[in-house]
Amino acid sequence: MTMLVLAFLAQTLRIAIPYLFAAMGGVMSERSGMIGLTLEGYMLGGAFCAALGAYYSGSAWVGVIAGAAGGLALGMLYAVSCIRFRGDQVVVGIAINLLASGATRFFLKLVFGSSANSPRVSGFNAHQTGSGLTALAQNPLVWLGVGSVLVIAWLIYRTPFGLRVRAVGEHPSAAQSVGISVSKVRYLAVGLSGILAGLGGVYLALDQHQFTTEMTAGRGFIALAATIFGRWDPARAGLACLLFAAAETLQIQLQGSQSIPTQFVEMIPYLLTIIALAGVVGRAVPPAALGKVDSAA
Amino acid sequence: MTEPASASAEPLAIHLTDIVKRFGAVLANDCASLQVRRGEIHSLVGENGAGKSTLMRVLSGMYEPQAGRMEVNGRDVTGWSTAQAIEAGVGMVHQHFMLVPTLTVAENVTLGREITRGGQLDRERAIRDVRALSERTGLTVRAEQRVSELSVGEAQRVEILKALYRGARILILDEPTAVLSPPEIEELWTVLRGMRDRGETIVLITHKLDEVMAISDTITVMRHGRTVERLRTADTTPAAIARAMVGRDVQLVPDQSAGRAPTQPPIDRIGASTLLTVEDLHVSSTSRANAVAGVSFTIAPGEILGIAGVEGNGQSELLDALAGFRPSRGRVAIDGRDLTDLSVKQRGDAGLSHIPEDRHLRGLILDYSVADNLILGQQHRFTRGGGRLDEPRIHANAARQISDYDIRPRNAALPARALSGGNQQKIVIAREMARPFQVLLAAQPTRGVDVGAIEFIHARLRSARDAGKAILLVSADLAEVLALSDRIAVMYGGRFVVVLPRAEASPEVLGPYMTGADRGDGSRAA
Amino acid sequence: MVSIDKVEITPAPPSAKPTLAASGWMTRAQEAVLPPVVALLIAAVVGDVLILSYGQSPGTVYRLLIEGTWANAYGFGQVLYKTTTLTFTGLAVAIGLRAGLFNIGAEGQLAAGGFLAALVGLVLPHGLPALLTLPLYFVVAAIGGGVVGAVPGALKARFGAHEVITTIMLNFVVLALLNYFTAAHLAVAGTLHTNAIHSGMLSRLASFWNGFHGSAANLVLLIAVAVTIGAWWYLFRMRGGFELRAVGLQPEAAEYGGVNVGRVWITAMTLSGAIAGIGGLNFVLGYKGYYEDGFASGAGFMGIAVAIVGRSHPVGVLLAALLFATISQGGLAVNALVPQQIVDVLQAVVIIAVAASVPEVRRVLRTAAGRAAASLRTA
Repeated sequence: MTMLVLAFLAQTLRIAIPYLFAAMGGVMSERSGMIGLTLEGYMLGGAFCAALGAYYSGSAWVGVIAGAAGGLALGMLYAVSCIRFRGDQVVVGIAINLLASGATRFFLKLVFGSSANSPRVSGFNAHQTGSGLTALAQNPLVWLGVGSVLVIAWLIYRTPFGLRVRAVGEHPSAAQSVGISVSKVRYLAVGLSGILAGLGGVYLALDQHQFTTEMTAGRGFIALAATIFGRWDPARAGLACLLFAAAETLQIQLQGSQSIPTQFVEMIPYLLTIIALAGVVGRAVPPAALGKVDSAA
Repeated sequence: MTEPASASAEPLAIHLTDIVKRFGAVLANDCASLQVRRGEIHSLVGENGAGKSTLMRVLSGMYEPQAGRMEVNGRDVTGWSTAQAIEAGVGMVHQHFMLVPTLTVAENVTLGREITRGGQLDRERAIRDVRALSERTGLTVRAEQRVSELSVGEAQRVEILKALYRGARILILDEPTAVLSPPEIEELWTVLRGMRDRGETIVLITHKLDEVMAISDTITVMRHGRTVERLRTADTTPAAIARAMVGRDVQLVPDQSAGRAPTQPPIDRIGASTLLTVEDLHVSSTSRANAVAGVSFTIAPGEILGIAGVEGNGQSELLDALAGFRPSRGRVAIDGRDLTDLSVKQRGDAGLSHIPEDRHLRGLILDYSVADNLILGQQHRFTRGGGRLDEPRIHANAARQISDYDIRPRNAALPARALSGGNQQKIVIAREMARPFQVLLAAQPTRGVDVGAIEFIHARLRSARDAGKAILLVSADLAEVLALSDRIAVMYGGRFVVVLPRAEASPEVLGPYMTGADRGDGSRAA
Repeated sequence: MVSIDKVEITPAPPSAKPTLAASGWMTRAQEAVLPPVVALLIAAVVGDVLILSYGQSPGTVYRLLIEGTWANAYGFGQVLYKTTTLTFTGLAVAIGLRAGLFNIGAEGQLAAGGFLAALVGLVLPHGLPALLTLPLYFVVAAIGGGVVGAVPGALKARFGAHEVITTIMLNFVVLALLNYFTAAHLAVAGTLHTNAIHSGMLSRLASFWNGFHGSAANLVLLIAVAVTIGAWWYLFRMRGGFELRAVGLQPEAAEYGGVNVGRVWITAMTLSGAIAGIGGLNFVLGYKGYYEDGFASGAGFMGIAVAIVGRSHPVGVLLAALLFATISQGGLAVNALVPQQIVDVLQAVVIIAVAASVPEVRRVLRTAAGRAAASLRTA
């Protein structure tokens, strides 16, 4: 019995790690006032760059750095287009996702000559035993992922940078009136969100030991749903990620038994977010300056 | 000019000489000067547009002057930045607060200069420091409280604390009492006096003469961008200040229709001959619970009721409520028909026209053509068969209005954005007066309008009145109110403090009511 | 405040201002057209870089792209087919944008419309003439998409819920739901599509012009053109469109003009969803004759690009749909030389470039116009 529970937990955690990374990225970005539609793109870009880096170097850690850099690059493109050029965040955000999708597939063909997947890359090899928890414990990214929740929570609530991020996301003019550079704070926040969500993609690629086209499959949006459902609080968003992952695990384990169709479980994160926004169970109020770059930047 | 007593050897805290500040074609400061000694409370008074706020923003580093010299504590600081000003101890508290609602008082005060310990925020010390500062200055607030939960008075105290926390020894306050209630104002005075006694310097930008007399030591009067008078409070009177504000060449704009005996309907006669009836109206706004605190009046057909008063005393909220934008308590009726639950559109159909005070926000859709703007609010009347817009009629309407109101350029297809302010206002007025109406709400009808157009608009308002309409006029320009109204009400603190027939009204009579020196007992009977 | 004198105001500018009058309309035209032009230039540069990195010559690739799309009838037929769907989704997003709303859910609305139409097609008797069934399909598809669009509209009007998020989330919900119904109940064994509809298929264009043989282009293209004209008519000639655009430009002024802003939001989102839903007919009625899971394949999201590049004007949308369809089909044509995914990259670049250049262009043009007017005044 305990074996089943442990296996359930292990599976849930395994599914949750990418969500956790990306959701923390979502919290950072949206708290500073920049909409987090781009998480999906960061993840995909991070996954591809991780496969690229790990393949050519033979080292998983190089893959990690490369993936983070890929996410960061997309984040900076987003930030420049919206902050410096005042492009609309929704439009640019969706375009970043399209760019990531197209560019990863283009370079996949260019570098690896394939339309489907990269060659096998080394990940953080772990021996699968028992419930799988020990295997997870040997994967540094798992620790990083869980740790990111604590780190981001600490960053947002306990550091001057986090205070400024919150100020900039709620009332940029007030922040500017005390001499804070709203643009600089936003660039940093978006950069961080690109790195974090990129790491989410890194985990996927290294865990599956390859890059496959569109391998993120909407996880970035689930992470955004978790961010919103968790009311832009790192700990709550983290819990939401676990909740969504648990539902997925449940559905996988019940797969044969016909009780709840997969599709309905898939819907859960999205329905919950809509409900949260409509305020049926207490209103989810976003940062006041979210999406508006005209003010002060 | 009355000079203050000979200055001591100590350098002036603030010494501005011949400051010139221009915004495009507008000369906001025309060789303006200011001298403030350390350890005094100084009032900077003048009408709207006299240049007071601009001058102080130049001082605080927000604007750079085109000419002139600025000295703070004897040091030449001409053209410095806000950061430098803050470093030097000059802090400005603006009318619109810059506070982050979701953060606490302590967080807002220390924002940008956060106290850290080992890279982390030291919350406890921030709270302690802010609490200590709060106690020392008498600006009582709870440092751990979220700003969103504060009252307006408390929020203002946080703004002042912000400036003091950054070491401000010269504090500039822009219209600080605009949003305060009388007890809060008294508390503010106590704080300011305490600061002054400790050697800080305070400059108050204000137009409320009762407050000027109550709190300041010295006064500078500005008019048309210039400094015209320097006074010691102890040696002067509100009347003298008012005279300086408006200049010796006081010209009452005479009633243009000289030969006409204005009809003087008895005040407050609620009977067959009233077009607009308002009974005990209460309106709340986001910043004040009682923006309008029980207003009752009537307007008869063929009458203009003008509301005089400084902006911010409830006039905007009153008009918004009458037009249907804001919920209100109380009764509103046109020609006996109750409007209370009617929407904006329904009130329009019931005979209510409205010239809004902010034409760029409400009155016009800047990207729509002149022709389209001329039917805004009436588009349902310009349709034919099944919701299709009737272009021929729309264009005919536009041609007529452009011609009648001399709207230039005479091109109905231009976007409203391309017209000058005066012509934009003419669009709004043409539209509101061309539709069938019985009651017209006119808010700041000639704001930003050139002199020629002002006369034109005034003539139109008068002819509407002569045709039997009822007009409620709200204007910050007392001359306009005096020129047009048959009866004048003064609004202060959300109430009508006095209602007078035109013949009994003059700036001297109205002044005390407008500035709060005379709170009145309510309307006087005829 | 006691005030007797009027504040001195500078004299009014001369009333005949030909430059200002001209700049009014010309500036607006420039503001509309320059960003897409700039974007295409940037995309061309990026395209060149990518093509060169693949070791090919840009000239060859671009020529192949034209040859594979406009220069041959089959290719052009495919372009027309894709244009049709993109026109519907582009119009859907454009109408939302005109009301100040961001409809990201066109993908789900498109699928829902197609799905409902296919369902109806399964219960109709066989052999009915297309002329009879078309109105029914049209209405049903509109209802399918309209309902999906109405929900976020209502949530915004009632709760202030941001439509960007609600439309995205609902998208996933709807697609998952449709996938469930198809996979679990309706699909032909071994596939992910329903049975064929019983009547009402529309002819391919190939049956009229032989050159289009093999391409998917069909008569729904005409419906797309009709809906484009209808959208233009509604926006610019009907009172409802007048009020809708007002809400999108200045909601406070619209409110002042007696418009019920919340109701306009709901109407706009419903209309938007309905148009996207009708787009589903392109696949179901004109091409395959059944509903297939995933038939939308990104057309909903591409509709956002089409609306942005088309500057939310129905005619612009039609042209932009043609552009994006050409690029998309062109990718297939150049696949021999360069991976077809290059078009995805280019499309994304175009969108970002348009989005980034719109505010910049506006700023530059308005500063120039302001300076011109000021110099007239002080002259």
